[in-house]
Amino acid sequence: MIRVTIEDRNGERQALEIPEGISLSLMELLKASEYHVLATCGGMALCATCHVEVLEGGQALPPVSDAELDILDTLPDASSKSRLACQLRVDESLNNTIFKIRGEE
Amino acid sequence: MIHTDICIIGAGPVGLFSVFEAGLLKMRCHLIDVLPQVGGQLSEIYPQKPIYDIPGYPSIKAQELVDNLMAQIAPFKPTFTLGERVEAINKQEDGSLIVRTADETAVHCQVVVIAGGLGCFEPRKPEIVGLEDFEGRGVAYWVKHPEQYRGKEIVIAGGGDSALDWTIYLADIAQKTTLIHRGETFRGAPDSAEKVFDLATQGKINLVLQSNVVSLHGNGHLQSLVVAGQHKNTSSIKADYFIPLFGLSPKLGPITDWGLNIHKSAIEVNTLDYSTGVERIYAIGDINTYPGKLKLILTGFHEAAMMCQSAFKYVYPDQHLSFKYTTVNGVNAF
Repeated sequence: MIRVTIEDRNGERQALEIPEGISLSLMELLKASEYHVLATCGGMALCATCHVEVLEGGQALPPVSDAELDILDTLPDASSKSRLACQLRVDESLNNTIFKIRGEE
Repeated sequence: MIHTDICIIGAGPVGLFSVFEAGLLKMRCHLIDVLPQVGGQLSEIYPQKPIYDIPGYPSIKAQELVDNLMAQIAPFKPTFTLGERVEAINKQEDGSLIVRTADETAVHCQVVVIAGGLGCFEPRKPEIVGLEDFEGRGVAYWVKHPEQYRGKEIVIAGGGDSALDWTIYLADIAQKTTLIHRGETFRGAPDSAEKVFDLATQGKINLVLQSNVVSLHGNGHLQSLVVAGQHKNTSSIKADYFIPLFGLSPKLGPITDWGLNIHKSAIEVNTLDYSTGVERIYAIGDINTYPGKLKLILTGFHEAAMMCQSAFKYVYPDQHLSFKYTTVNGVNAF
């Protein structure tokens, strides 16, 4: 099981347990878990509406790609902890990470 | 006042294809879009990305699909109002409708088709104290009329291509141009970034890196803004105009005020003909929702065809609709 915690825009946290081997991005997981994420571009790292912030953990996450950095750079509220949920695969690298949803509703 | 049969709100792929299906039934269309160009998301967000699920095209770039659609609908001479947001739809006594934009364009039509995708693309607003107070009084999110900045002191914020491009363009027009960017480097087009650094070295622009605008000040009109650096040190910069350029984000906007049934930011429709709960108003493409909805361009094209068959009765109430294939009948241009 992969364990991640999601903090919504109101600060409410929910722990999620996801079976390993699932072929989803974090953005798709958030949508499937009924979180309101626009994901306008559908996961191409082009719109930044699936912006999340790593609150805790995240050491095992893959490094930010150039495409991801490019688009994060256009956001007024991005920080060094910002990621695009569509660029993160749901696998062991997400274990014990707390993500806060930041993208526009 | 513009007169047409069908007014289509949204000039994305589905809105454009509606013109073709309407044209086959001799219905004329006028399209309105908040963006300055046609194509919706395809042109605005991913023009160079290949799309693989358009029937008959193993792969086609988004902008190419838009160009092809424009060629396909050309025989039906659609007219366009671009760069304007629709604010209201007013019902007339005879059942016809008048669509009005924020810039006071009015379109009289028999049918309205909302093909608005995810809504209007609106500028992202950074969190800055006083930002909204100075909208229209020194704060602008688009550069519509560059000449208005001639001889003025302007400040641009952002690190993307549009921030770089406008800084370069306005450097020659404004008396003083300042670019403020949160980062240390620019990730926009390398040529533009290099040009901006050159302009700064030559003293033609004022480049402030690793900084954010935190508050705006003025007396009725913007006069200055406060910038915070990396170590929270603040300084004040004189500014007649402030242009934050942080990209666009879709918002449903005024669509929520038109008496339609909205569920999770989408318009509920009857799958028989994609009509909304309001007579003569249809919703097709990504903006609608119904059990089993798939947000695909393909689905939107289907909905456009079905919608036109139903809309015919409002445009030609005395005529009987007889379905004809283009292979038999050809495309009869207006």
